[in-house]
Amino acid sequence: MEPILQFFFTYKEAIFIIALSVFLGIEVISNVPSVLHTPLMSGANAISGVIIIGGIILVGHADASQLSAELILGILAIIFASLNVVGGFVVTDRMLEMFKKKKK
Amino acid sequence: MDQVIGTLNGAPFTLGETLLELSYLLAALLFVFGLKLLSHPESARRGNLWAAAGMFLGMLTTLLLHKNEEGSGIALANVWIILAAIGVGSAIGWIVARKIKMTAMPQLVSLYNATGGAASMLVALLEFPNADMNNRGSVLVTLLGLIIGAVAFSGSMIAYGKLDGKVGDIRSGLVKYVNILLMIITFGLAAFMMFPGQIPVQLNWAIYLLMVLSLVYGVMFVMPIGGADMPVVISLLNSFTGIAAAMAGFIYHNQAMILGGILVGAAGTILTVLMCRAMNRSLLNVIVGAFGGGTASEGKEQGEMKEITMSDAAILMSYSRNVVIVPGYGLAVAQAQHVCHELDELLATKGVNVRYAIHPVAGRMPGHMNVLLAEADVPYEQLVEMESINPDMPNTDVVVVIGANDVVNPAAITDPGSPIAGMPIIQAHEAKHVIVMKRGRGKGYAGIENELFFNEKTRLLFGNAKDTLQKLVTEIKSL
Repeated sequence: MEPILQFFFTYKEAIFIIALSVFLGIEVISNVPSVLHTPLMSGANAISGVIIIGGIILVGHADASQLSAELILGILAIIFASLNVVGGFVVTDRMLEMFKKKKK
Repeated sequence: MDQVIGTLNGAPFTLGETLLELSYLLAALLFVFGLKLLSHPESARRGNLWAAAGMFLGMLTTLLLHKNEEGSGIALANVWIILAAIGVGSAIGWIVARKIKMTAMPQLVSLYNATGGAASMLVALLEFPNADMNNRGSVLVTLLGLIIGAVAFSGSMIAYGKLDGKVGDIRSGLVKYVNILLMIITFGLAAFMMFPGQIPVQLNWAIYLLMVLSLVYGVMFVMPIGGADMPVVISLLNSFTGIAAAMAGFIYHNQAMILGGILVGAAGTILTVLMCRAMNRSLLNVIVGAFGGGTASEGKEQGEMKEITMSDAAILMSYSRNVVIVPGYGLAVAQAQHVCHELDELLATKGVNVRYAIHPVAGRMPGHMNVLLAEADVPYEQLVEMESINPDMPNTDVVVVIGANDVVNPAAITDPGSPIAGMPIIQAHEAKHVIVMKRGRGKGYAGIENELFFNEKTRLLFGNAKDTLQKLVTEIKSL
């Protein structure tokens, strides 16, 4: 019991954020029309690329004086995450552009 | 920016730190705002841009303002390396996103999801040595980030392979048990690693083993899942990537990451639930893959499939008042969306009211048909959701089913013993006439006969959807 309570106390703010953002997420996205399922998914997918902040912090504090496995993997993480972010937002925009242009 | 502007619990904080946290708050708000706008057709494009702006802000301020957490105030180094890495990733992402064909969208979404999962996995892997082993919470979030990120990565890669036709299905009952075993070992290992008092360096072997196990699990988890269940799997993997990013947010006490990740997790979960509901199956049922088994009540022989000639089909459609087109995966495979739009425009000039009936799980990802038809310039007002079109079915003169099968199978309503019993369908059988374009006489994904094809009102046109539609358009023009 004690470790659980300790966990809760240490992370109380974050747990609040999680609990509230689950509700927020459900409220914001429920009733989305099926027309938008794909763009919503790929847009959300791009947002999950927020992990890039972690990658930046990681490499930013790594020792770059020599080529270590940590540095290489960290760089790889940034490349992957930025692929996710930029590709995700661009392709979503392209899809939504198609939806838009035929409004006569 | 290093100016100290106050103290909190005795620790001084600087202007830079404050601005950084403010920018994270703003980024998180932009994510919420963007997602909100994304869920309405008129505002969706702006929403996407707002979310992108939030992401850019978060990246920029992290680069400029982030300091080492221990208060030693060491600013980020290696800025050029970071910028170069971002440049490489962005360039590839941008080019691929611009060049890709719309028909390849499910693959692309899976691929980008895989890269997000991989990034989360790597960040967790590299942060593990810095974890405070006596704080089980911090170890737990790191390990969860690693496991979930790895599953999302390898699972999405397999999903990509399947959508691209490079990877087949494994349909063995054994996979289920292998998966359960793998899951037990993975979590067992994670639990072992959480015992306090260990030194991260000694657990180096364990963290890499955990990563490999999770990657294998991701592969085995998606392998047995069939093509028609892909909308569910893609949504689920999407939510995994979000949750993995949120776990990494815990490591860095970064609220923008936590909130962004959980929002994505929630969005993915909602889509997963919607897709499951559209197939009237539970998530567990999809994952275990107990579909199309021999327990189905064998469809009774319903007579013969009756073909129709091109000219008869052309006449029937041209002299109708209401035509509803039901597109399915066959349309996507044949890349027939453009010629399909040509057909609906041609019919419209003859005064026919043409609409499209879109089943939520038609295709290989949520909303697949909408994207395809939008690419062909079909106005989205013409795309009607299943619930709205079904009441109109009895007034519809001709329903044209293009490469769809299970989503129009009346057995879902009439036969309680059918594997798809209870699945909401587009009630094509209520219409006056039905024309079915099919590649061959085969069954749909569920592996059951479709009595609609044997119905008195139904006529079939065999062949590749694109060729068939092309001939039909030519025929109608020559009328």
